[in-house]
Amino acid sequence: MLVQFFQRTHYSLLLLGKSKEAEIKRINKELANIRSKFKGDKALDGYSKKKYVCKLLFIFLLGHDIDFGHMEAVNLLSSNRYTEKQIGYLFISVLVNSNSELIRLINNAIKNDLASRNPTFMGLALHCIASVGSREMAEAFAGEIPKVLVAGDTMDSVKQSAALCLLRLYRTSPDLVPMGDWTSRVVHLLNDQHLGVVTAATSLITTLAQKNPEEFKTSVSLAVSRLSRIVTSASTDLQDYTYYFVPAPWLSVKLLRLLQCYPPPEDPAVRGRLTECLETILNKAQEPPKSKKVQHSNAKNAVLFEAISLIIHHDSEPNLLVRACNQLGQFLQHRETNLRYLALESMCTLASSEFSHEAVKTHIETVINALKTERDVSVRQRAVDLLYAMCDRSNAPQIVAEMLSYLETADYSIREEIVLKVAILAEKYAVDYTWYVDTILNLIRIAGDYVSEEVWYRVIQIVINRDDVQGYAAKTVFEALQAPACHENLVKVGGYILGEFGNLIAGDPRSSPLIQFNLLHSKFHLCSVPTRALLLSTYIKFVNLFPEVKPTIQDVLRSDSQLRNADVELQQRAVEYLRLSTVASTDILATVLEEMPPFPERESSILAKLKKKKGPSTVTDLEDTKRERSVDVNGGPEPAPASTSAMSTPSPSADLLGLGAAPPAPAGPPPSSGGGGLLVDVFSDSASVVAPLAPGSEDNFARFVCKNNGVLFENQLLQIGLKSEFRQNLGRMFIFYGNKTSTQFLNFTPTLICSDELQPNLNLQTKPVDPTVEGGAQVQQVVNIECVSDFTEAPVLNIQFRYGGTFQNVSVQLPITLNKFFQPTEMASQDFFQRWKQLSNPQQEVQNIFKAKHPMDTEVTKAKIIGFGSALLEEVDPNPANFVGAGIIHTKTTQIGCLLRLEPNLQAQMYRLTLRTSKEAVSQRLCELLSAQF
Amino acid sequence: MLEESREELMRFMLLFSRQGKLRLQKWYLATSDKERKKMVRELMQVVLARKPKMCSFLEWRDLKVVYKRYASLYFCCAIEGQDNELITLELIHRYVELLDKYFGSVCELDIIFNFEKAYFILDEFLMGGDVQDTSKKSVLKAIEQADLLQEEDESPRSVLEEMGLA
Repeated sequence: MLVQFFQRTHYSLLLLGKSKEAEIKRINKELANIRSKFKGDKALDGYSKKKYVCKLLFIFLLGHDIDFGHMEAVNLLSSNRYTEKQIGYLFISVLVNSNSELIRLINNAIKNDLASRNPTFMGLALHCIASVGSREMAEAFAGEIPKVLVAGDTMDSVKQSAALCLLRLYRTSPDLVPMGDWTSRVVHLLNDQHLGVVTAATSLITTLAQKNPEEFKTSVSLAVSRLSRIVTSASTDLQDYTYYFVPAPWLSVKLLRLLQCYPPPEDPAVRGRLTECLETILNKAQEPPKSKKVQHSNAKNAVLFEAISLIIHHDSEPNLLVRACNQLGQFLQHRETNLRYLALESMCTLASSEFSHEAVKTHIETVINALKTERDVSVRQRAVDLLYAMCDRSNAPQIVAEMLSYLETADYSIREEIVLKVAILAEKYAVDYTWYVDTILNLIRIAGDYVSEEVWYRVIQIVINRDDVQGYAAKTVFEALQAPACHENLVKVGGYILGEFGNLIAGDPRSSPLIQFNLLHSKFHLCSVPTRALLLSTYIKFVNLFPEVKPTIQDVLRSDSQLRNADVELQQRAVEYLRLSTVASTDILATVLEEMPPFPERESSILAKLKKKKGPSTVTDLEDTKRERSVDVNGGPEPAPASTSAMSTPSPSADLLGLGAAPPAPAGPPPSSGGGGLLVDVFSDSASVVAPLAPGSEDNFARFVCKNNGVLFENQLLQIGLKSEFRQNLGRMFIFYGNKTSTQFLNFTPTLICSDELQPNLNLQTKPVDPTVEGGAQVQQVVNIECVSDFTEAPVLNIQFRYGGTFQNVSVQLPITLNKFFQPTEMASQDFFQRWKQLSNPQQEVQNIFKAKHPMDTEVTKAKIIGFGSALLEEVDPNPANFVGAGIIHTKTTQIGCLLRLEPNLQAQMYRLTLRTSKEAVSQRLCELLSAQF
Repeated sequence: MLEESREELMRFMLLFSRQGKLRLQKWYLATSDKERKKMVRELMQVVLARKPKMCSFLEWRDLKVVYKRYASLYFCCAIEGQDNELITLELIHRYVELLDKYFGSVCELDIIFNFEKAYFILDEFLMGGDVQDTSKKSVLKAIEQADLLQEEDESPRSVLEEMGLA
């Protein structure tokens, strides 16, 4: 038909391969012609309408946009001529959008055709519903189609269409498909004479059974007996449903798929019959092929792979699992690439079954060989996945080594994923952490560009947490850095590790402090700004570790390229570190720059990244199953012993390393949740209420506004000390609980409580502490803090424990205040007053005039303003007696610039404090907090 | 006990030439025009870049692509990760057989100029991305019946009109 339409136009155009311009010109002419026909005064007959609608479709399929003709297509639907109706429906199923006006008209036509009792028309209508499948259509027909499906007089071909049409509607709008009597009759379609009907019904039942397993439970035995009849039939029994000598492969695959919605059948007879089927399918794989055609083996193996999926899904018949594994093992060496690919893929899931994990492992050499010799990247990718899945402690060194060597030549597209996998395996199965360090450094050497932040953060985290590997790590990075060209990621790791542990190798004259410094500094100028910032921090740590290199480092910091660096961050670090190295005493320096405390153990952020990359299901399944199977194999690094060491300086990566990922334990439940949380349940024998704030708590709280360390609470039994550090919107607080008595505290349970109002703005995360605190002992708890948005209230720390038979309950306010998230900002007088004027809106300013509670000492006031977190700006206020400050409050959602001015009046012993920020609540809160300090 | 969803659904089927010309497209999941065009362009590039003898399956976005080349045409199906790749490969083959039987040794031009027939055959075979009937006989019987109806419908036209000159 179309050849007739087009022989004088596109046919010649296409065949002669004329230019794109010529085609567009010709098509525009054609479109103009069709448009004028549709708009013309003369009503078009059905044939012409069909012809032009068909031409529009053709033009659309050539890749041109079509924006008219929809109405004419809808008109064709109500034609009584089959071919006109057919083209109308085709146009709609290919081109319709969710134009609601049109859908209503289409629905009307469909309704008529469904009611026509003409099977051909009904088929067209059902196809259209399945193609468009919109919600409006589901609303109109989801109730109707089940009736068509189970009606006794419906023709087989219509039943098939109705089943699949209903399936499509159920997928898009399950809520609109009513369950009812029809469901049991649909299940019995599995017994239908017509295999086409059974095929369509099986698809429908599988999808419905996933969401309504109870309702369709009877389908299991019916599916098993149908499957059994198929697999035992002679290859010609099923006539046209036999495909290249394989009986009904599509239906077999679908039945096996349906069975995967359920656990192994409970009825022993059904179960036995199913096992027989699966064995028959496995046996057939060993028989000589009935045809040399690839279609024969593909269809046969399609059924085999689906059977193996079911065996893996049931995961209950060791015999079948091992047979499946052996079969896949044969395929691993098959000459068909497709089979090798599928065998690798299928084995990945087998590796997670405890029955077949060992059997899978025997194929390791073949899989490694595939990694080396396969010419197709998608097959090599499967090999990497399988190696990852079969890895355990026994073969980790081999697998990691193979993956590393593959990485040298791996396709760029899969490098990052391999890097993540190697990093995870190396960490998970490390017995000897020197191996772990070597592996990660190799990763950086081979594929430095693909080593993401998560990977190098993690290696630092692990080295810091394991003191047995620190010296080795320092030595190894030192050696690796000797290479004339090394990756920037190595400089980062090297800089960080030498800064922390360089002292462990400084005794060797070949790696003396000065040599270490010169080595790092030789890389400095080739690095990006963040790496240089990290190196500057390493240098100040060196000043603390090695007093003998202090002058050298000071010279470097003092040079113009540092002190006057165009980058603010670098300049600021150089200035501050230089100043710190000059003014601070050795003791202070040692405290500020003390070694990093251990990081709390949590899920590896690398694993999280891999999950994100691969989609959660693929990774989680394997990991979880494996973990359940064998705990000792998957131990990972043990948690580092609790340390009482103080916080070190805010090191450049500390915030990135630790606080970003979520620790496993959430903060305690809010008080409103009553007896809900685990922490509270421990006290089920006592009234589990939170004590009112301890007396004196307010005063102690105020003392922490301008400082971060000290004793928060003390009574006869218990002392609570704090050390904390904050950086931008993140912070970390160490809480030390000291048992002052000589008796154990039992059921010791500290809980962090954020009110409902505070909770969305302040994110606190911590782990429960050991419930027993020995007499005289101190336990430590780390709280990771994230300021999401500005806040006013403070969280409450509630501690409950048993002491010599009495129940103790203490609550104190935890001094996490908004000003902790200040970053000081230096600015000149002119800038200050310009900004001050910009914030002159009355809501932006908050002022407080108050009487001095402490002696009015200039130096003390200055220290308090600096401790508050803002910069103290000298020579800004024309009156030298006044104090002005500036800073930025960092929250996760926003940054708020803050200016403050404090005017003392010595005579009246009064202060006037003015705060200007862009946010009223912030001005208000900062003013409150700071006023209480003087 | 319901475990992971084993949804089985073909997302789309594409037929395109070695020159990267799209010849047929069938979408089984609502997708915007813009997204369709982007996906087609991207996928054609990936598939056309592959060498002969490579495996017929590849991971693409969050989907699995099963493709096979017949003469100058690539037949390409996108399925979900859990689906059976081999049976999808044979589904393509069965469709090619149906086209071949209907047109008698089908070629690319048959599909270009009789695209509506190619669609009708596909629709008889697949519906909403699922196999409706795998029997070659029943599918072809349905198409032949439709052709009979067409011949009854079509009254003879003037030669001039058939030539597009009327």
